[in-house]
Amino acid sequence: MTLTLAEVEHIAELARLELSEEEKGRFREQLSAVLDYAARLQALDTSGIPPTSSVLPARSGLRADEPRPGLTPADLLRSASQSEQNQFRVPPVLE
Amino acid sequence: MPELTDLTLLESLQLLRAGQISSRELTQACLERIDSLEPRLRAFITLTPELAFSQAAAADLLWQAWRRDPQAEIPALLGVPMAVKDILTLAGVRCTCGSRILENFVPPYTATTVERLLAAGVVVVGKTNTDEFAMGSSTENSAYGYSRNPWNLERVPGGSSGGSAAAVAARLVPAALGTDTGGSVRQPASFCGVSGIKPTYGRVSRYGLVAYGSSLDTVGVLARTAADAAAVFSVMAGYDPGDATTLDRPAPPIRLDGQPDLRGLKIGVPQEYFIEGIQPEVEAGVRSAIGVLEGLGAKVQPVSLPHTEYALPVYYLIAPAEASANLARYDGVRFGLREAEESLLEMYKRTRGCGFGAEVKRRIMLGTYALSAGYYDAYYGQAQKVRTLIKRDFETAFESVDVIAAPVAPTTAFRLGEHTDDPLAMYLEDVFTLPANLAGVPGLAFPVGFDARGMPVGMQLMGRHFGEETLFKAAHAYQQVTDWHTRTPVL
Repeated sequence: MTLTLAEVEHIAELARLELSEEEKGRFREQLSAVLDYAARLQALDTSGIPPTSSVLPARSGLRADEPRPGLTPADLLRSASQSEQNQFRVPPVLE
Repeated sequence: MPELTDLTLLESLQLLRAGQISSRELTQACLERIDSLEPRLRAFITLTPELAFSQAAAADLLWQAWRRDPQAEIPALLGVPMAVKDILTLAGVRCTCGSRILENFVPPYTATTVERLLAAGVVVVGKTNTDEFAMGSSTENSAYGYSRNPWNLERVPGGSSGGSAAAVAARLVPAALGTDTGGSVRQPASFCGVSGIKPTYGRVSRYGLVAYGSSLDTVGVLARTAADAAAVFSVMAGYDPGDATTLDRPAPPIRLDGQPDLRGLKIGVPQEYFIEGIQPEVEAGVRSAIGVLEGLGAKVQPVSLPHTEYALPVYYLIAPAEASANLARYDGVRFGLREAEESLLEMYKRTRGCGFGAEVKRRIMLGTYALSAGYYDAYYGQAQKVRTLIKRDFETAFESVDVIAAPVAPTTAFRLGEHTDDPLAMYLEDVFTLPANLAGVPGLAFPVGFDARGMPVGMQLMGRHFGEETLFKAAHAYQQVTDWHTRTPVL
C-alpha cells in the first residue's frame, strides 16, 4: 500500500506536527514501506485471541490516599518557557 | 595497583573497603579519562564533575566513619562512579533525552532508579548520549551528535543506550544505567562488548524515566561484568509507590558466590533466532558459548518460539502508538522548546515540528496512523493480539527450559551512516531483542567473542518473569571460565 499525500497531511494534523514538503514526501515513502512490512500480521488468524495491553497480572492499582510533600508550583513553572501569576502562559485559545 | 579505570565496579568496592583507594581518586580517574577520550567517543551529553566530587567527598567521609566503627551500615555501592542515560531524571541536572525539544529542560525531581543509586552511595559523573527519546538502534538519532564505538570509531555503538555502552566499554565508568524498550540495553551492550541487563517488566521502577513505550519500557544496567550489573540491579529492583507498574514482591540482592556450576540448568535454543541473513560469526560465537554453558553442566535442548518473525511488525506498531500518546506532552506549554506565538494550534505544531528529529516524527506519525479511526483494529488491535501469541510462545518454552539462549542482533556493530536512510533496515537490527520486551521477560546480554573485523559478538539469555538471578548466575559462570569480557579496546 502507498499512503497518499493527503493521508500524510491528515496524520500530521492529528499529531500536531508541522512538516515541510520534503518531509511529507519522505515520510509518505518510508511509512508506506513500514506499513507494507506490517501487513504480514493480517495473514495471522487471531480470532479468539485476546489482545495484550500489559504483560502484568491484573490487580488493583489503588493505594491509601495519604497526603505527602510534592513539587511546588514554582518548581514546575521553572521549566515553562512562559508563565504569569503562577500559571502557564499560552497564546490566545479563543480570539 | 592497576589503573583505577581498569577496575571493575566490585573490584573498586573491595579497594575502597580496604582503604587502598578513595572515591575521590576513582572519580578523578574517570573524569580524566573522559576528558581525554570524550572528543573521540562523544558518549556523554552532560558531565557533572562538581556533583560527582561532592558525592565522592561524602562517600569518603562515610568510609572513614566506617573504619572507626565497622559495625556501621555502609551503603552497597559507596563511592563508585557511574553514568546515567540522559533519559532518566536527576533533579537540577539538565535532561535532554537526546532531543532538541528538551535542550534546556532541568527536571525538578529525580528518577527512583537514580535515587536508589544515590542512596547506595553511587557517584554520578554525567548523563550519557541516547537516540532521541530512546528511539533508535545506533545513537545516530541524537540531536547532540552520534556516539562512536570504542572498538572501531567508524562504527556505531548501538542504541539507544549507545552512550552508556561506549562509556563502559571505553572504561570511562565501570557501569551505567540504560533503558530497554526494544533492545536498547542489550544491543549496544552486544555491539560494545559489555554486559547489559534488561529486567522483567515491572521489576524496576520507571518513575522519572521519560516515557516512550509505556507497556515496554524498562530501566537496566550496562557494566563490564555480569556480576557488576547484578550488584547495581540489586539496589534498583523492587516495588516503588511512585510507579504503579512495579510489582510488590521481594527483590533480594543477587548472590553470585562459589564455583561455576550450571548443573540442573536447562537452556533452550530457539531455531527462529538462527535465520538466514545472520552474520556467520555471530551464529558461531553464540553456538560456541552455548557449548561452554553445556560444559559447565547445563542441559541444552531445542525450543520453538514460532511467532518470532512477527515481533518486529508488532513492536513497530505498538511502540510508536504508545509513543504518539506519550510525546503529546511536548507542546511548548509546561516544559521544553516553544516556537510560534500567533495561536495555540500553530504553537503546538511548530514547536513539535522544530523540536523533534526525523525518527521521532516518523514514529509519532506511524503510531498516530495505527491508532486513527478506521485503522485501529487492523493495525494496533491486531498487533496487540499477535503480542499475546508471542507472549504465549515464551510461556510454552519456559515450561520445558529455564533460560533461552540466542544472539542479541543479527550482525556486529554496523558502520556509521549505514542505515540512516532506510528506517526499515534499521528496525531489522532489533529483530532478536524485541520479543523479550513484548513478552515482558528479562534478558541479559554479554560478550562471547569477536568477528574478523575485531567487533564484539554478543549473546543474550532470556528468562522467566522475575528470573534475573538465573540469568546472572549463568552469565557469571560463563565469565568465570572465559575472558571475552576482560578485553579492552585500544584507544
